[in-house]
Amino acid sequence: MNLRPRLIAALAIFVGMALVPPVAAALGDPFLTVIASRMLVFAIAALSLDLILGYGAMVSFGHAAYVGVGAYAVAIGARFGVTDLLAQMALGALMSAAFALVTGAISLRTRGVYFIMITLAFAQMAFFFFVSQSSLGGDDGVALTARSTLLSTDVLESDIAFFYTILAVLVLCYGGLYRLTNARFGRVLTGTRENPLRMQAIGYRPFPYQLTAYVIAACIASVAGVLLANQTEYVSPAYMAWSRSGELIVMLVLGGIGTLTGAMAGALITVGLEHTFAAWSEHWRLGFGLLLVLVVLFSPDGITGLLKRLGVGPRHD
Amino acid sequence: MTEPLLQVRALRKSFGALAVTDDVSLSVTEGELHAIIGPNGAGKTTLISQLSGQLAPDSGTILYDGAPITRLDMAARVRRGLARSFQITALLPGMSVLENVSLAVQARSGSSYRFWRPVADDAALSQEAMQALDEVGLADRAHRPARALSHGEQRQLELAVALATKPRLLLLDEPLAGTGGQEAEVLISLMRRLKDRLTIVLIEHDMGAVFALADRVSVLVYGQIAASGTPGDIRADPKVRAAYLGEEEEGTPDA
Repeated sequence: MNLRPRLIAALAIFVGMALVPPVAAALGDPFLTVIASRMLVFAIAALSLDLILGYGAMVSFGHAAYVGVGAYAVAIGARFGVTDLLAQMALGALMSAAFALVTGAISLRTRGVYFIMITLAFAQMAFFFFVSQSSLGGDDGVALTARSTLLSTDVLESDIAFFYTILAVLVLCYGGLYRLTNARFGRVLTGTRENPLRMQAIGYRPFPYQLTAYVIAACIASVAGVLLANQTEYVSPAYMAWSRSGELIVMLVLGGIGTLTGAMAGALITVGLEHTFAAWSEHWRLGFGLLLVLVVLFSPDGITGLLKRLGVGPRHD
Repeated sequence: MTEPLLQVRALRKSFGALAVTDDVSLSVTEGELHAIIGPNGAGKTTLISQLSGQLAPDSGTILYDGAPITRLDMAARVRRGLARSFQITALLPGMSVLENVSLAVQARSGSSYRFWRPVADDAALSQEAMQALDEVGLADRAHRPARALSHGEQRQLELAVALATKPRLLLLDEPLAGTGGQEAEVLISLMRRLKDRLTIVLIEHDMGAVFALADRVSVLVYGQIAASGTPGDIRADPKVRAAYLGEEEEGTPDA
């Protein structure tokens, strides 16, 4: 399997996104950078979901819960004087890992549609837990007084510095996941997706590998959550609503599952279209739904599959 | 006589009211090729599935190398050297031929909790995998996706994957299923080479292959062992002829 074209496509995405702030400055539209920041945050979240959904065949319908936990790590951290971005990421990852370890261990006892439902149920539990925390604003959520600090500086208050920070995190996450999916661990995970019975017959027990992947994905999603909270300067239970989890799946389907690059492309396009369409009409979801139907009907492998068929993208043989 | 490598004692398995494995006892000596034959629905695959750990028996004991393995799962049995192939080809279709085999090598050599180093650069893994592919004659197909292989080649790959687990005892569930002519010849000569260094339990419908390869044959009928012996004994056994070898052959002794 030739993975190079995918890597090149990913690099193209990174370079293209890196050009957004100067282009926004040239156009005199700084809001572009803000939207692009949001696109990158969701690209990180979609990447993490692709690890478990695309490579591990674990269709989690509760992945937004971990994004939400990351966001709350910012609010909770700030309350206790932990304002550093990296510290908050560590806190969010720790909280997410704990939650993922317990709920993943239970969810992975099930398969197929039951896995979808049980991950949804756990995410809803997290949602209602934070709704009930009146000290954190309950249903309404809580506004942040400032963005996180980075190594004791307030450099992130600049939208442009913040944008490049998110981009750096995205590149790191992509690089790490690219290595992981091509390493021993990733191959076991992919093998389990292809045929769990075969994997047992050559001496693997899929469960610990799947659980490890589930926890890693949760940690990365919470990093996205920490950035999302900073991007909106607001934290609310809405981040972990089930519809958010659905949107993450939509991003993957749109971009192509199990390619990493597709997940990023899907997230960028989804968030980008959300802003474009929303400016035209409040019924933008109708148009977006139509687009999704077309993609699923005509290119089940998403954008990646479409490129492949046009001879631009990765080939399998 | 030395202790048998595999000993099955009073194994029973029912699906509802149907006893699919009905008090089966069996022993396989180290080094022999033990064929299990029987008509369709006799419970051959169910028996193999219990030996490999895919299915748990209702009662009975399986001893491997002197120790009970009845409660062990498939992965644990593979690690002890008990590998199986599947009747219905069970490969990793989207992965390459080499990847299919090297995953089996990886399972027994070093931790799979390695997240950084590309597995494709792991020369030791690929080398061992290539050896197994060489052995079954698929070396030139190493980089094809498994799903692109012909049916016969997929059967060869099944064997390569099982071999890559470095088994002591190989359970082969109809390795010739769906193959014919040239394809079957390749697999039969491969099994002939393997039986020199491995203990093999073979389930097979192709009687020509069974009688050419087997040291011992057990006949399974309605979940019970109807007869067990050398290929010569089995051919001569009138009960077996009636139950399995085909009534239409009656009166045409061809031993």
